[in-house]
Amino acid sequence: VKIFATYNIKGGVGKTTAAVNLAYLSAEDGYRTLLWDLDPQGAASFLFRIKPRVKGGGKALIRGTKALDDAIKGTDFEHLDLLPADFTYRNMDLILGDKDKNPTRQLAQLLRPLAAEYDHVFLDCPPSISLVSENVMHAADVLLVPLIPTTLSVRTLDQLTEFVAGFSGRRPEIRAFFSMVDRRKRLHQEITEKLLAERAGVLAAPIPALSLIERMSVERAPVTAFAPRSQAARAFRALWTELTDEKPAG
Amino acid sequence: MTPDLQGFELGEGNGEANGVGGADRDRSLSAVLDALGQAFGVITEPGAPGSGARQHTWLDTFDWRLSRAGLVLEYERKSHGARLLLSRDNLPIAEQPVTGWRSSRPRLAADLPAGPVRDQLLKLATPRALLPMATAASTVRVARLLNADGKTVARLTVDDSTVTRADQAIALPPRLTITEVRGYPGQARRAARLLADSPGVSPAGTSTFATALHALGRHPGDYSNGVTAAITARMPASVAVATLLLGLLDTLEQNVDGVLRDIDTEFLHDLRVAARRTRSAIKLLGDVIPESRPYAAEFKWLGDLTTPTRDLDVHLLGFDAMAAQLVAATPADLEPFRAFLARRRAREFRRLSAGLRSARFKTLTDHWRKTLLEARDHPAKRKTPTADEVAVAKTARAFRKIAAQGGAITADSPPESLHDLRKRCKELRYVLEFFAPLHDPVTYKKVVGDLKQLQDCLGEFQDSEVQRHEIAELADAMLAERAAPAATLLAMGEIAANLAHSQAEARAEFADRFARFAGPAGQQRFRALLIRPSGPGLTRPSGPVLERPRP
Repeated sequence: VKIFATYNIKGGVGKTTAAVNLAYLSAEDGYRTLLWDLDPQGAASFLFRIKPRVKGGGKALIRGTKALDDAIKGTDFEHLDLLPADFTYRNMDLILGDKDKNPTRQLAQLLRPLAAEYDHVFLDCPPSISLVSENVMHAADVLLVPLIPTTLSVRTLDQLTEFVAGFSGRRPEIRAFFSMVDRRKRLHQEITEKLLAERAGVLAAPIPALSLIERMSVERAPVTAFAPRSQAARAFRALWTELTDEKPAG
Repeated sequence: MTPDLQGFELGEGNGEANGVGGADRDRSLSAVLDALGQAFGVITEPGAPGSGARQHTWLDTFDWRLSRAGLVLEYERKSHGARLLLSRDNLPIAEQPVTGWRSSRPRLAADLPAGPVRDQLLKLATPRALLPMATAASTVRVARLLNADGKTVARLTVDDSTVTRADQAIALPPRLTITEVRGYPGQARRAARLLADSPGVSPAGTSTFATALHALGRHPGDYSNGVTAAITARMPASVAVATLLLGLLDTLEQNVDGVLRDIDTEFLHDLRVAARRTRSAIKLLGDVIPESRPYAAEFKWLGDLTTPTRDLDVHLLGFDAMAAQLVAATPADLEPFRAFLARRRAREFRRLSAGLRSARFKTLTDHWRKTLLEARDHPAKRKTPTADEVAVAKTARAFRKIAAQGGAITADSPPESLHDLRKRCKELRYVLEFFAPLHDPVTYKKVVGDLKQLQDCLGEFQDSEVQRHEIAELADAMLAERAAPAATLLAMGEIAANLAHSQAEARAEFADRFARFAGPAGQQRFRALLIRPSGPGLTRPSGPVLERPRP
């Protein structure tokens, strides 16, 4: 199983949109795919028309795998399942810190039994730096970091890279991609070109800022599903292809 | 209790094909959709996984080996690609894609492309070919069942299948299936309940294959090479014998087409067994139907007609095993012998085909059937014994013969004495099988088991000898045709030596096997088989039934 996590300390940068569409494309390619909506706001669950509710809440999930298995819901799409959000996830830090086990590796352990059932797991993380995000970073093979091409978000990427470099043992691969790109903005273009030239691990395929992507919340489906031939869908497809086709870096 | 999510049928639920006409069916289907519509949003999903047109062909051997082993082999063709699916109790156990395979043409399991299905079938089906038993063309439609949020919580699959027989298309009752979406088991159960309560919907009792076969007027196991006559103890013996002979004639005729099309070697084998059983019945039981006697010569002709091809089949079927036993020679040395056998077989097969297509064969089977029907349906007024009386008398007599002949065989007896005993054993076996329904099944099984052991030993002894002589003759023929490299002849010599060795082994085993069958314990078992509870109309064999006639 390969675990992808969409992460950014900032909110509203396109994490959920990316997680939902990339998970859909993964399933469409025939990979058995699970998307875990870790954000208590439950945006990903909403987009798949699945109630953001888990029996027993986050606590039950963290305590035992049985609850995890029971909580998984099939989406409307073949090969794609979803582990819904729950409002108790807002206290996830407390739940994770509550146990004697290594508090930063619990999520990784929890996901282990799912390896036989899924080829790809996507974790859609809430924005923040917290015990939850640290757990996600330890569990993930690939950290997908959406970047709005601004100077400030470049700083965020640097901070994240530094933070992960401090991990002992296994570290996730950091793959940044450009999100909500506005081609008309000169600054967006400049930063995109500069980062691509200077940094390794930055993905070239950009996700443009498009109103069709915002329409997902009206359609309640991935844009790659309801408008598969649109520019938006093509952009996500290009990103997914770039992510899966190339040889792993390093 | 939750209804079975798997199968529902649109129709009267009696499994009858054509139960509902096209218009009725559409009405019933919209009623089903209405019923589901009360609880769910229902939208059809064109292009959904599993939807579309496909063709299923179910395959089995002529004698239903797969079905008897509880297996279903299905060939499925979709818009792109085809696959073979093997299942047991509706659960898939092996699957493999196949290309360039035409399911309409019978094929030996050995000729299947390598894969898990072939692996599972090979031993079971060999040497029989896989034949298409039923073909259905289906259109599968999938509808999504949505909850209030517009989320898919279950799916309804509608499978419309049509089977074809003799240019006539028969529509099967549409099959409805509810599939669960993970995490929504309650909704699937709810949908299944609504479905079960809809008018015109009934639980599907049998598999699509069984329904398709039924529509074609067939059923699994409708062919068996055994003796399967429905006879009873009190039936007049002439009626019982005519009934079982008619059964043998059916078996014989059922195999003719397969022999002529040369589908696999077992058609000829089964045809020969039916002919041999018939000859034995005429010989042993002919006094019950005197009109049968004149046919003995014609059935001998039929037997002789089929022998050369069967002998060559036996050589070819055992060829690889034979080649594998070679020590001094290599299997490659034998290849010219295989080619020679194949050429000979082609020649003999032409002769056999001509015989089976001849007026003589047709006259034989037609007249024979007429004679038997007359004997069965208009029994002579004269008083005849009951089937059971004849069964007991003839079986006891056949056993006594074996006991006498076998008991006289010593280590110095010539091979002919064993060959002769083998014939007597076959006769006894046939008489036992003819009247099997009249015997206690447990005792019958024990007696036949012992007899089979003895027959196997005698068979090994004689077959080894016959094959050895045949190899010598074939070697001569090969030399005459200049088709015999020295290495091949040497390899054939080694095989002949192996056969001589097998024969000697069988000879050494004979005394033990015979003692087991005809010794005191065997006699006891036989006596138990033939003893009848006394009652009106049932005669008891008087005296020691198995006592040997005094010299």
